[in-house]
Amino acid sequence: MLEIRFHGRGGQGTVLAAKILADAVLRSGKGQCLAIPEFGVERRGAPVAAYARISERPILVRTRIYEPDALVFLDAALLSAQTLGGLKPGGPLLLNSESPAARLAARAPGFRVEPIAATRIALEHRLGSQASPVVNTAMCGAVAAYFDLCGLEPLLAAVREAVPVKHEENAAAARQAFEIVQEALHARA
Amino acid sequence: MKKVLMGNHAAAVGAALARAQVVAAYPITPQTQSIELLAEMKEKGAFPGAYIAVESEHSAMAALLGAASAGARTFTATSSHGLAYMHELLHWVAGARLPVVMAEVNRALAAPWSLWTDQTDSLSQRDTGWLQFYCSTNQEILDTTIMAYKIAEAVRLPAMVVYDGFTLSHSYEPVEVPAQDAVDAFLPAYRPEQVLDTARPLAFGALVPPKEYLRLRRSMAADMARAETLIEEVGREFGEAFGRCYGVFDAYRCEDATTLLVTSGAVGSTARAAVDALRERGLAAGNLRIRAFRPFPAQALRRFLGRGVKLAVVDRNYSPGASGIFAQEIRAALYPATARPPVFGYVAGLGGGDITVELLQEIWSKVDEGKAEKTQPTWAEDAR
Repeated sequence: MLEIRFHGRGGQGTVLAAKILADAVLRSGKGQCLAIPEFGVERRGAPVAAYARISERPILVRTRIYEPDALVFLDAALLSAQTLGGLKPGGPLLLNSESPAARLAARAPGFRVEPIAATRIALEHRLGSQASPVVNTAMCGAVAAYFDLCGLEPLLAAVREAVPVKHEENAAAARQAFEIVQEALHARA
Repeated sequence: MKKVLMGNHAAAVGAALARAQVVAAYPITPQTQSIELLAEMKEKGAFPGAYIAVESEHSAMAALLGAASAGARTFTATSSHGLAYMHELLHWVAGARLPVVMAEVNRALAAPWSLWTDQTDSLSQRDTGWLQFYCSTNQEILDTTIMAYKIAEAVRLPAMVVYDGFTLSHSYEPVEVPAQDAVDAFLPAYRPEQVLDTARPLAFGALVPPKEYLRLRRSMAADMARAETLIEEVGREFGEAFGRCYGVFDAYRCEDATTLLVTSGAVGSTARAAVDALRERGLAAGNLRIRAFRPFPAQALRRFLGRGVKLAVVDRNYSPGASGIFAQEIRAALYPATARPPVFGYVAGLGGGDITVELLQEIWSKVDEGKAEKTQPTWAEDAR
C-alpha cells in the first residue's frame, strides 16, 4: 500500500486532486484508491490536507495518514517541520516549485525533494492567475507518473470528468506534468 | 459499473436508484452534497421525483410526513443539529408507520461547535421508532439505502441510513453502482395499504384512548421484532441479486477468537485491519461490526456469542451519566444469556478523533490480557 499526504490551501483543489487520482487508479484497473480529505474550517487560503491510500487489495483503514510514504505540496510555502511530520526517512516530497532540487534539499534534510513546475505549467494553460494559479491538475499528472499509479489515458479521463471548467486545458496541464516526470525518471534509470 | 463516489453521493445515488418520489431537505455540514446531487439531477432532468426546498429540518420531515401519507416513496438527509431539530417529527413519522428513508451523517453536537463525526446524534434518537443501520464503506451506504426501502416498507417503519461525517461522507472510493433495472427487480414500487386521498377520505393520527394507544405501540414493537429477521432475509436476497450480502452484524475472523472488538460505522472497517495485524502477531482477534442498531440484534448476538469470548466494545458516542451506548445495549442484550460474555466499554474518537489501527490493537490487548476496567467505561485516544 502506498500512502500519500497532500498539503495545499483552501481553494487550490487539494481534495479534488486526491479524488482525481482515485478515479484515475480505478480507470487504470491497477487497483484502488481511497481519498480522504482533512476538513478544517473551510476558508480560502487556509492550509488544508488530504490523504490517499493506493493498493491492489481492498483498503480497510479509514483514518488520517500519520506516517506517509510520500508528501505532495501544492504550495511550497507550506513546507515546514510540521507538514514534514511523519514522512518516512528518505521519502519523496513532490513540491510545486521551480527551484533546483539541490537548493530545496536544505529545507527538507533527509528526504528526497522533487520540484515540479506546476505553477508555470498551470499558467501556460491559462489555469488561474499569477496570484492564484490552479495547480492541482498539473500536480496530479506529476504524482501519477512519479508513482506509476496509472497510464496517461485514465488520468486524462479522470481530469476531464472532475474539473468543472476548462476541461481540455486541465487535461493538457496534467499531460505536460505527467510527461516531464516520466522523462526525468527515464533519464535517471 | 464502478465509479469513484463520495459517501454523500453514494446515498443520493441509492435514493435515486430506489426511485424516491419526494425529497424534502435542508442543507447541513457534512450532509449537504447528498441533497445537492439530487437537486442537480432534478435540474438536469435525471431525477424525476419532486424536490421540495424547505426552511428547516423540522419542515423537511413534516413535508415527508405528508408525502409518505399520500403514498409516495420519500427521502431526506440530515446531520447533528438538523436531526435534533427534527426530533418531534421523527416520533410522528414512526408512529404514523410511514417508511421514510433518511441518510443521517454522524456529526458531534454542540456546545462546543464541532463538524466532525460522532454517533451521539443518531443514537440519541434511538427511542423514536426508526430503524437504524450503520455503514462502514461508501458501497455499503449505497446498498443499504436501497435495502432500507425494502425493509422499511415491509414493516411500515421509517429507516435511518447512518454513516460517519467526513470519514465516509467526504471520502472518495470505488463504488459498484447497480443498473436501474436490477434495482427495479429487487425493489418494486411502494404500494401502501392506506393513503391520504381526497377522493376517499380517512382520518390519520387521531386522538386515541389508552387501550388503543397501547395496542398500536405493541403492533409497532412486533414489527420492530419482525425487522430483525427481515434485515437478514433482505440482506441475503440483495446478495443473490448483486453479489454483496448483508446481515444485522458482520463477523470478521471471529470463529476461534478469544476477544472480539465490537465496532460500528467506519471504525468497523479500520478494525478489520487491526484484527489482521493482531492475527499476524499470533493473537486470536476478531471484529464484530454491528450494522443494525434498531432493531438491536439481541437474539442474533445471544446465538452468536459463546462462552469464553470477551468483548471490547468501542463506542464513538457517549451517554453522560451512563456509558458508551453500544456497550449499554450489548450488556442488556446479553444479560439473559446463559453463557454471558464479559463486556468492556471503551469511549473513543468523540468529535471526530481518529480511532486508529494502533489504538484498536491497544484496546484489544488490554481486554484480552485481563487488564481492562470492568465497571466503568475507559476513555481512550491515540496520542498523535
